[in-house]
Amino acid sequence: MSITRRRYPLSIIFSVIGSVLLLFTVFTLLNMVARQILFDFGGLIDAATDSFVLESIGLTLYASLLSTIFTVLFGTPLAYVLARHDFRGKSLIEAVVDVPIIIPHSVAGIALYVLLMSRSPLGSVFANIGIVFEDHLAGIVAAMAFVSASLYINAARDGFQSVDPRLERVARTLGANQWEAFSRVTMPLAVKSLLSGAILSWARGISEFGAVVIIAFYPMIAPVLIYYRFTTMGLKGSQPIAVMLIIICLTVFLLLRLYSERWRRN
Amino acid sequence: MITFKDVSHDWGTFRLRDVSFTVDEGEYFVILGPTGAGKTLILETIAGFYTPNSGEILLRGKECSDVMPEQRNVGFVYQDYALFPHMTVEENIRFGLEIREIPEQEADKRVESLLEMLNIVGLRGRYPRNLSGGEQQRAAIARALVIEPDILLLDEPLSALDTRTREALREELKRIHRAQGTTTVHVTHDQTEALLLADRVAVIIDGEMAQIGSPQEVFNTPSSVMVADFLGVDNVIKGNIIENVDGVACVEFNGYRLYATSTLSSGEVYAFLRPENIILSKASIETSARNVLKSTVENVTQLGGIYQIHLDTGLSAVVTHQSVEELELKPGTEIYASFKATAIHLIKH
Repeated sequence: MSITRRRYPLSIIFSVIGSVLLLFTVFTLLNMVARQILFDFGGLIDAATDSFVLESIGLTLYASLLSTIFTVLFGTPLAYVLARHDFRGKSLIEAVVDVPIIIPHSVAGIALYVLLMSRSPLGSVFANIGIVFEDHLAGIVAAMAFVSASLYINAARDGFQSVDPRLERVARTLGANQWEAFSRVTMPLAVKSLLSGAILSWARGISEFGAVVIIAFYPMIAPVLIYYRFTTMGLKGSQPIAVMLIIICLTVFLLLRLYSERWRRN
Repeated sequence: MITFKDVSHDWGTFRLRDVSFTVDEGEYFVILGPTGAGKTLILETIAGFYTPNSGEILLRGKECSDVMPEQRNVGFVYQDYALFPHMTVEENIRFGLEIREIPEQEADKRVESLLEMLNIVGLRGRYPRNLSGGEQQRAAIARALVIEPDILLLDEPLSALDTRTREALREELKRIHRAQGTTTVHVTHDQTEALLLADRVAVIIDGEMAQIGSPQEVFNTPSSVMVADFLGVDNVIKGNIIENVDGVACVEFNGYRLYATSTLSSGEVYAFLRPENIILSKASIETSARNVLKSTVENVTQLGGIYQIHLDTGLSAVVTHQSVEELELKPGTEIYASFKATAIHLIKH
């Protein structure tokens, strides 16, 4: 006799309703990719062989990688402190971490521009040591980091929180100092969360348009290029690049996810 | 080895008030207290994770508030074992040796001997998630012992285990302590553990040290109603001493008189009498028991294999199923309750 799982009407109804959003996402993207391939495959080939487009996509991935490295370096300690300690003003700090999620990204771009432009006090300090933000890689990275850091910090904090603090205490009694307890016990146990937070933050950086376009129109990252082509050449000029970006990003994320899954299991 | 001098600390949820005690070298010291009374925090304080608000803690005679946990050389075993989930049993045990940079040969020797001692040689390559509670606990004990700690701290080490495993591990703890002689502080709410393992027992109730002494002292002569209550001495009688003749006090309570060995000669007292020390009989038999009270059974309650008999005198006794049948114990049965004068412990009210 085989056991059949009972199906409950409410679950079925919820599944049907819930699939609307899923279909919305999948269909929107699939529709664009399919139309491009079916009706203008030549345009896709043109874009794929256009060195300007390729460089732009490469720049996008690279800038977001730099932004993610920056975020991981500074966000990991912050996430750990938020996960392990209770102190006055903690909820305020947590709110600050989340601010970039709720403010319009064009606003973030303007704020960053005002802070970091060469004419500003801080910008001139950086300019003196050779770091210029407006229309430079540094500006792109800053904008990406500003909008994506919270994703990493929150994921890392949750990861650290899921590690029982008593494991660290046991490690301490066994002779480990705080750093050894952190690096040999807490880190390895939280690494999956840190990794998925970093991937998320990288993805978020790649998709950023609003903040980047204000501080660095040039060099053109892919989302800016797509917008530029859309306003000057319409769909025919922009859609192939959009399709390429989607295909590249999805492939990379899929590979990263699979790889990190496997790495975690071993 | 460990001295608490008037230690007070406020954790918000739990407060320690002027706690003083000393644990001697090689002693098995059990801190007994109700569940959720912050006993873990006492151990974590010994391990160095808290500095008390006031009072002093001495380790090996030295004030230790500046000594980091990693420098205290204490082994810690948590109630739910806290094994490192990303390491195998052997890696867990080796962790402390690697951190301390113990030479490999020496490390191998220690690991092997502990794997054997705790009977977990076959589990060395397993991850904690694939172990039973008892196996995890053995691994956790091995991990704590491998660093050859001066002090072993055990936080309710047996309470998450099923009865049979608990009994086996309790014996194991006793054997290990005999073999290693490590100064051990074991916190628990379980009296049996305290009775069977402890050289000395400290009873902590509401953050205060209520009594400290050998298990026999604590269980037979609780120093207060609170301790007696916690230890389940069911018969706590309030009465007045009428006289004391040759070290035997006559106490009047509820219109009854009973005789207890005591040095007290007057005043209000509490009398403690463990229910298992009361003998029930159909007729008034001649025995050496000084106290024979004619009583009526009020109530019979089954407690697992034994029965608790509540008498109209306010006392309760425990008997076996056979006795219940033979003595026809049921509400209304008239019965004689006998107990020795030495079975009663008097304290001043």
